[in-house]
Amino acid sequence: MAFPFQFTVNGSAVSVDAPADTPLLWVIREELKLTGTKFGCGVGLCGACVVHVDGKRAFSCQTQVSNVAGKEVTTIEGLSPDSSHPVQQAWLAERVPQCGYCQSGQIMSAADLLKRNPHPTRAEIVAQMSGHICRCGTYLRILRAIERAAREAPSNAQHVRAEP
Amino acid sequence: MNQMTCPKTGFSRRGFMIGIAGLTFAVAVGRERFGHAATEAPDIAGTPFNPWVSIAPSGEISIMAPATEMGQGSLTSLPLILAEELDADWSKVVIVPAPPIGKIYGNPSMFGAMLTAHSLSVQGYFTPLRTFGAQVRAVLLDNVAKHWNVPSAELSTEPSVVVHAKSGQRIGYGEIVAFAEIPAVAPAIKPEALKKPSDFRLIGHDVMRVELPTKVNGSAIYAIDVQVPGMIYGAILRSPVQGGAPDNIDDAAAKAVAGVIDVVRLPYGVGVLAKTPWAAFNAKSALESGVTWQRSGKAWGFDSDKGLDAFAADARDLQKPTVEWYKQGDTEAALAQAATRIEAEYRCHYAYHAQMEPLNAVASVSAAGDAAEVWCGTQYPTAAQAAAARALDIPAEKIKLNYTLLGGGFGRRGDYGEGWVVDAVLMAKSAQRPVPVKVMWTREDDVHNGHFRPITAHYLRAGLDASGKLIAYHQRLVGDRVLLSENPQFFRENHGRDYQLMGGIDLKYYDIPNQYGGQIPQDTGVRTAPLRGIGDIANKFVAEVFLDEVALMRSVDPMQFRLELLKNTPRGRKVLQRVAEMADWDRKRDNTALGCTFMVYNDTLIGGVAEVSVDHSTGQIKVHNFWCVVDCGIAVQPDNIVAQFEGGIVYGLGLALTEEISFRDGAVQQSNFYDYRVARMNGVPDIHVGVISTDNHPTGVGQMSVVVVAPAVNNAVARLTGVRLREPPMTPERVKKALG
Repeated sequence: MAFPFQFTVNGSAVSVDAPADTPLLWVIREELKLTGTKFGCGVGLCGACVVHVDGKRAFSCQTQVSNVAGKEVTTIEGLSPDSSHPVQQAWLAERVPQCGYCQSGQIMSAADLLKRNPHPTRAEIVAQMSGHICRCGTYLRILRAIERAAREAPSNAQHVRAEP
Repeated sequence: MNQMTCPKTGFSRRGFMIGIAGLTFAVAVGRERFGHAATEAPDIAGTPFNPWVSIAPSGEISIMAPATEMGQGSLTSLPLILAEELDADWSKVVIVPAPPIGKIYGNPSMFGAMLTAHSLSVQGYFTPLRTFGAQVRAVLLDNVAKHWNVPSAELSTEPSVVVHAKSGQRIGYGEIVAFAEIPAVAPAIKPEALKKPSDFRLIGHDVMRVELPTKVNGSAIYAIDVQVPGMIYGAILRSPVQGGAPDNIDDAAAKAVAGVIDVVRLPYGVGVLAKTPWAAFNAKSALESGVTWQRSGKAWGFDSDKGLDAFAADARDLQKPTVEWYKQGDTEAALAQAATRIEAEYRCHYAYHAQMEPLNAVASVSAAGDAAEVWCGTQYPTAAQAAAARALDIPAEKIKLNYTLLGGGFGRRGDYGEGWVVDAVLMAKSAQRPVPVKVMWTREDDVHNGHFRPITAHYLRAGLDASGKLIAYHQRLVGDRVLLSENPQFFRENHGRDYQLMGGIDLKYYDIPNQYGGQIPQDTGVRTAPLRGIGDIANKFVAEVFLDEVALMRSVDPMQFRLELLKNTPRGRKVLQRVAEMADWDRKRDNTALGCTFMVYNDTLIGGVAEVSVDHSTGQIKVHNFWCVVDCGIAVQPDNIVAQFEGGIVYGLGLALTEEISFRDGAVQQSNFYDYRVARMNGVPDIHVGVISTDNHPTGVGQMSVVVVAPAVNNAVARLTGVRLREPPMTPERVKKALG
C-alpha cells in the first residue's frame, strides 16, 4: 500500500508516493533525482548511501521511506551549497577521491562525526569510518582529511549549526 | 592547487564539442593492428577525423581525452601531456571525452583499441600526444611569423601566448584563430624538438584532477546516475551458472508485484521491467523460485576446491607437457647439474573486482528497433558500442554511445562482451520503445555473476651451483584461461598467448641464467577476467615467495639476495635500496618482522617491504607498515602516482588476507560484503610511498602496487614465525592451520 510520505530534503518539503518499505535510497536517487547518494551493497555494509536524518547519519539503503515521514533529510547535495563545508574543503586539499563513487557517503559520515565530536581521536575516526568501503583504497587520505578538517576548521561547529 | 585554475570537463556538457568555432586539428595515433607503427593523418582540418584539439577565439582550448576515468587520473594526465607541448594555459583547457572511434583515439600500446586497461594509458599515449601538441604549437608559431613578418625561429611561447621578444609583441592563442591557416600536412616534429623534462611546466607538477571537485559534492555523474525523461527500470535474474539458459518461467509472483510492467525472457536470464528500482528488484526476487534452468554451459558441477586440487596435481606431474611461455638458457640441464635443488608448490584462488558501482547501463531503442542510445560506464567504449549493436543486430554507427565516469573498473568493465550494456539494450528493446530503461545489477548479482581472477596452481623448482648462485628457475603453471574468455579477438591477435594469465611469470631482470615458464591452460567454464594486477598477482607472488625460500635456505638476507640478483638492473637496485632505507630494514623489531619483495611490472620497477605481526591464538595477520618505492620513469603527476600506489596497496591487502571466491556445483558461494570481505580503514597499515622520478619514458602505475603486497606480507610472516604459507588469501584459518 502506497501512501504519500512527507518530509524535507535539503530544506525543501517533499511528498513521495511509494510503498512504505521502499528504501529511502531509491526515493532520493530516482524520485527526487538527487544522485550524489549512491547504491553500493543494499545491506548497510559499504556506506555509499549515507545521508543525515534529523542531523544524524543514516544508511539510506536500510532506512524505509515510511520511517522518515516528518523528518529532515540531508544529502551530499545539501551539505553545503558550494562545497564549502570544512570536510569537503579538506577532501579537496588532501585530494581524497579516486573513482569517487563512495565519497559522498564517506563525507556525510565524516561530517556527522565532526558535528558530534569536533576533535576526534584517530581511533574514533577509524571506528566511524570503518563502516565504509572505498575500493580504490583512499582510506589514509580520508583519515588525513578528517584530521585536517578538525584541525583547520574552528568554524566547523558554527558551520554545522548554520545548516537548515 | 587553486580550484579556480581547474579545466572544465566535457562530462557536464553532454555530447562532444565537435565543430565548434575555431581551429581544429586532428591526428590519428591509434594503430589498427598490434605491432604496427603509429600513423598520423596526412590531413588535419576538413577531414572526416574528429579533432584532438580545438582552439576557440576566446582562447578556450578543447582537448580530447581518449581514456575513460575510473579514478586512475587519465582524464587529467593525458590531455595534460598534450597541453604541455602545446604550451597551453591549463586554466583555459576544456577536456572532452573522445567519441568511440578506435582508429583515431585507440591506444597504440593496446592493439590500437580504445581500451583503458593494463596501466598503459600514459605509457601508450605519451609520445603521440606530445608530438601532436608540438605540431599544433608549430602551426600557431608559423601563422604568427607570417602575420608579423618575422622569422618563426624568433618566436617563443608562454602558456597560451606567442611572444616575439625582440619587438616585445605578444598574441594569445585565441587571437591567432582569426587569421590562422592550417597546412594540408601536419608539420614534422623530431623527437629532439620536444621539451626537455627540465622545461616542463605541467608534467611533473601536480594539478588538481579535473573531475575531482565534482566528487566531493555529489555532482559527478556515473552511469547509474543517468536520468532520462520517461525512464523505467530493469533487473535481471541470471542463471546461477555461467552459460545456463532459462527453461520454464513461472512469472505469476513477479507480475503480482506492484509497479511491474513486464517479465521478459532473455537468452541468458529473465528480465523484469518496472516503474521503480524497488519494484524491479522485488520482482526479480519473486522470480527466483519460479524459473528453472537448462544446464547449458560448461561450469555446471564445477567445484573450485576440487578443481584446484586437480590443477595442483597436473602442475606437479612432470609427465604432463606445458606450453612454453618464455625461456632463457636450458633450465632442465641446469637443474640436472645443480649442486642444490629446491621445489615448492603454491595455489591461488578466484577473486572478485568489487568495484563500488554495481554494473548498470541505460538504453533507449528506437520504435523501429533500428537505432539506440546507450549510457554506460565502460573501460572499452568501442566494445560497448559494438556489443550493443550485436545485441540489436544493427550497425555500430546506429548506436549513440554516451560514456560516463566509472564507479571503479579494476578490469571488470573492460571485457569485450560488455554484458551490462547488452542487458540495457535488450530490455529497452523489450519495453514500449523508445522508453529508456535503466538496468541495474544488485551487489548480489555483481558477485554471483562476477568475472573473476582465475585459480592457479604453481609448481616451482630452482637449482643452485656449488657456490650458492641461483642458476635455474623453472615454473609450471596450471590455470584457468582468461584472455580467451575476456576478449577472443585479442586472444587471436596475440597468437593465443594469454598474458592475462601468464603476465609477470618471467624474471628477466634477475641474474638467473636459466629460466623457464610454462603453462597448462584449463577451461573450467568459469567466467574469468583481468583483475587489477592480472596474472602478475599470482606469478609475482610465487616467484618472490620462492626466492625468499631460496634465500632462507642459503641463510642469506632476502634483501641482499635480491640486490645480488639485480646486479644487471641498476634502476632496480636503486629502488630496492631506497625502500630498505625507508623501512630501516636492518633494525630488529620486537614481535614484528619485515618481509621484502621486488618486481618489474610492464617496465615499472617496484620495491615493497611489509611489517607484520601474527596473533597465534586467532591466526590473524596484522600489517603495521607498508613501504613501497616506484620508478616509473618520468613522474607525470607525482601525487597521483602516490595515490595510485596507496590505493593499490589497500587493494592488494584484501587479496592477500581475506578475499576469496569459491564455487560449488558451478555457482558462486559468496554474495555480498558480509562474505566477500575487502579491506576497510581498520585493517590498513601506515603506507609510505616513495617515487623516484627518472627521465625514462613514463610507465604504468595503476595496478602495480597491488602485486607487491602478498609476497612481502608472506615473507614477513615466514621470517616472524618460521612458517611458510603457500595459499593466499592468508586467512586466519589458513594461518592457524599452518602454525599448527
